[in-house]
Amino acid sequence: MALRICLEFSGGAELLFNKTKKHEVTLPVCEKDWTIGSLLPWMRETMLKERPELFMQGNTVRPGILVLINDSDWELMGELDYSIKENDRIIFISTLHGG
Amino acid sequence: MMETEDSDLRKLLKEKDDEIERLKKLLTIKTPAVVEEKDIFVQSDDRPAVREKLNNAEISRYSRQLILPEIGVKGQLSISSASVLVVGAGGLGCPSSIYLAAAGIGRIGLVDYDEVELTNLHRQILHTEAKVGVTKSASAAHACKSLNSHVECIPYHLQLNSSNALQLIKQYDIVLDATDNVATRYLLNDACILANKPLVSGSALRFEGQLTVYNYDGGPCYRCLYPKPPPPETVTNCSDGGVLGVVPGTIGCLQALEAIKIAAGIGPSFSQVMLMFDGLDGTFRRIKLRGRQPSCPLCGTQPSITQLIDYEQFCGARADDKDKCLKVLDPAHRITVHEYNKMLETGSNHILVDVRTEVEMDICRLPHQPINIPINRIGQEESIATIQRRLTISEEKPSVVVVCRRGNDSQIAVETLLKCFKDSDLDIKDIRGGLHAWAKHIDTNFPVY
Repeated sequence: MALRICLEFSGGAELLFNKTKKHEVTLPVCEKDWTIGSLLPWMRETMLKERPELFMQGNTVRPGILVLINDSDWELMGELDYSIKENDRIIFISTLHGG
Repeated sequence: MMETEDSDLRKLLKEKDDEIERLKKLLTIKTPAVVEEKDIFVQSDDRPAVREKLNNAEISRYSRQLILPEIGVKGQLSISSASVLVVGAGGLGCPSSIYLAAAGIGRIGLVDYDEVELTNLHRQILHTEAKVGVTKSASAAHACKSLNSHVECIPYHLQLNSSNALQLIKQYDIVLDATDNVATRYLLNDACILANKPLVSGSALRFEGQLTVYNYDGGPCYRCLYPKPPPPETVTNCSDGGVLGVVPGTIGCLQALEAIKIAAGIGPSFSQVMLMFDGLDGTFRRIKLRGRQPSCPLCGTQPSITQLIDYEQFCGARADDKDKCLKVLDPAHRITVHEYNKMLETGSNHILVDVRTEVEMDICRLPHQPINIPINRIGQEESIATIQRRLTISEEKPSVVVVCRRGNDSQIAVETLLKCFKDSDLDIKDIRGGLHAWAKHIDTNFPVY
């Protein structure tokens, strides 16, 4: 079954995604479970228009981007291996350094 | 009749005398003496005196926070015995330090290497118009001291680095990260772990702010969250990204709140929790963070970092947020503002490409009608087509001149355009130093932002 989830971006990460902070997306039916590990390349292929290196490095997000799954640090949820569920909210935050 | 007049005059005289007394008292508040780098090593290890009793003036002054059961006499005594080091006297450091002073923190250290500029005043609210050019640490210390003369304020006019950070941090109980760059954030984090001090970290850009407390009661450090520094090209400073003053103001106030709660023994709310503030959407979001990472090279079970390192090298970026001067173009592809001015005077046939954002185009532009292609769109097909169209309508082949605010983006744009037009013999150049150079050398009435 296709999965409906919400992707959010902040701290400037939204600038890479059409300057839009909130994206409701539907992940197509897939043989295996959708994980963050399979979501990231899907985002790169379907959503990222330019300069993918500002979002990803290798198979994960670039240093300086924090990933949250339903308001929790993804480190607490299994990082790339986390199995995505219907209505999950996944947030990508670019760390701010200004002051 | 005479009598009432006499008594009125006496009353007025009394009022004026009181006013003189008040002003005299204000005059005696001197700007605290600035501590230079060499002096921090000779400073003694004295702490603010541990207080056992509040005096009547303190009871009155702090009464409204004193009657909070969470603070009480015990909490206020702890606050007045505490010392807090605020690193950065800017958009975060100004609001945080003034609230620390107001609450009666015993000793406040203020670190900044910079001087006050006009572009700071919209957010760095302790500095006034009269303080432009004055060292920021002294200006902020003066403001704090003026609000509360009982607080000890120590301005440090220095850039925090690997050789002075530990010495300074050791002298304080709590540290506030109110800095503006990645390298200093790693430096402060490492120094706070090595000296075992809680670090109240704030940051802000555009309409957004972030806040968290590191190294408190087994919570994570900055490196637990960010083991690798971000690629320098992904880091935006306030000068390039912009920032609304109230946003660092909000985060700075919350930093002060967390520091006061730690000092009073209440404990912070944002250890292992991050606050994300979005001033545009009006949202505050609390995020649960990972705990201390056993694999952390600094605070983990087998730390490999046991002393401070070279943070500019580690981050590949300088430890300030000053404008960088890029040099990517061959001098053959660059012209000076004088040469460009000559082109305008002689009516030289050229296309001017301004690569700034739309908002910046509204602020000011050169007298020659430009094509506006923001830098992030310069290589796109549509942009190249726009330039092509302009080239074809011109009878005589024009040259292309690219301009931006400071002469960095214009070089990147020329590099891209040279690749896109590599099969033509198109003459593409950028203006060295951009509009800032134009304002400095050609038109001194041209606005600088």
